[in-house]
Amino acid sequence: MEECFDLVIIGSGPAGVSAALTARHRGKSALIVTTAPEDSMLYKAEHVDNYPGLPAATGAELIDAFIGHARRSGVQIMRGRALAVADLGGVLGVSVGSDFVQGRSVVLACGLTRAKPFPGEAELLGRGVSYCATCDGMLYRGRRVAVVGLATDAPEEAEYLRSIGCEVEYFDSGRARRYAVLGEERVSGLEADGVQYPADAVFIFRSGLAPDSLLPGIAVDGGHIKVDAGMATSVPGVFAAGDVVGAPYQVAKAVGDGNIAGLSACRYVERLAAGDK
Amino acid sequence: MAVTHLTKENFDASVASGKVVVDFWATWCGPCRMQSPILDQFAAAHPEVSVCKVDVDEQPELAARFGVMNIPTLLFFVDGKLANKAVGLQSLDRLAAAMGV
Repeated sequence: MEECFDLVIIGSGPAGVSAALTARHRGKSALIVTTAPEDSMLYKAEHVDNYPGLPAATGAELIDAFIGHARRSGVQIMRGRALAVADLGGVLGVSVGSDFVQGRSVVLACGLTRAKPFPGEAELLGRGVSYCATCDGMLYRGRRVAVVGLATDAPEEAEYLRSIGCEVEYFDSGRARRYAVLGEERVSGLEADGVQYPADAVFIFRSGLAPDSLLPGIAVDGGHIKVDAGMATSVPGVFAAGDVVGAPYQVAKAVGDGNIAGLSACRYVERLAAGDK
Repeated sequence: MAVTHLTKENFDASVASGKVVVDFWATWCGPCRMQSPILDQFAAAHPEVSVCKVDVDEQPELAARFGVMNIPTLLFFVDGKLANKAVGLQSLDRLAAAMGV
């Protein structure tokens, strides 16, 4: 995608969609990058009773309505896993699979993951633990890899690894519940419910990300991304909204956050444009 | 300074002296493609550091020699000695910090 968007928004929940709609109402272009919406906590909510105007809606109904509204408002939506955000020199890049998109500003509305890393996962990151099939899969062609699939798109990622010649051992919540990554200097295997499987790499696909993993060095506070009253993070041009910036983890609050983040991002883009002249 | 592409034939000579950053990358890796313009800026801002790249697809021996298991991986050499290693996309600031410039 060659186009540079005014706002690239990571996440299609209430915060992300609200930021995107705010941008569209101010004449800005907006792209939402999102993994499967059905992986979100909201999607699984049976009733959301405190969101004005839509009594007793299910989480899934709300999300479908939000995304439909975004599409009708000219927001572009891209399916994929955002892996990294970085300043490319005047524009921000967001890597998605084997490609990347560019934005003048970025809004992190990626929700919160409650998953704790597996034993050995952090220690062996970069030594055989990977979150990116398209990045690292080719390094393991012809070798045995374990895939822990905890997100809707995980089977596709595993299929990709198979297609390039990795010998894939696939695990999901139906097969095992407790995992540990094994190895000293490098990954030697995966332990799943107490059974050890030899592997040269362990690919882990979760629906959420640790809040600071997209942008190493971004200021965090108690597991949330730190923002000011305008939802600006410590990184220029990067804003955050919704659960990722803190409680209450409610749709109404996320929509409000997204609105503020969207307005701030629009102002940032306008200042950039004014500075360029 | 322009970015130099390394092979197993010219690798050792290229990192033998001075400060050298080597980026292990591949065309099919999104974060690697984002790393590229950042490295170009780093090279422009720090002419005292030579910036090199290794395509892991074309140079699997080099990737294996340095135990590159995720990309991008950046290796930082000072006078031929490996001084630092960073896995994953690195910002301009983090590149400078890792290279001590």
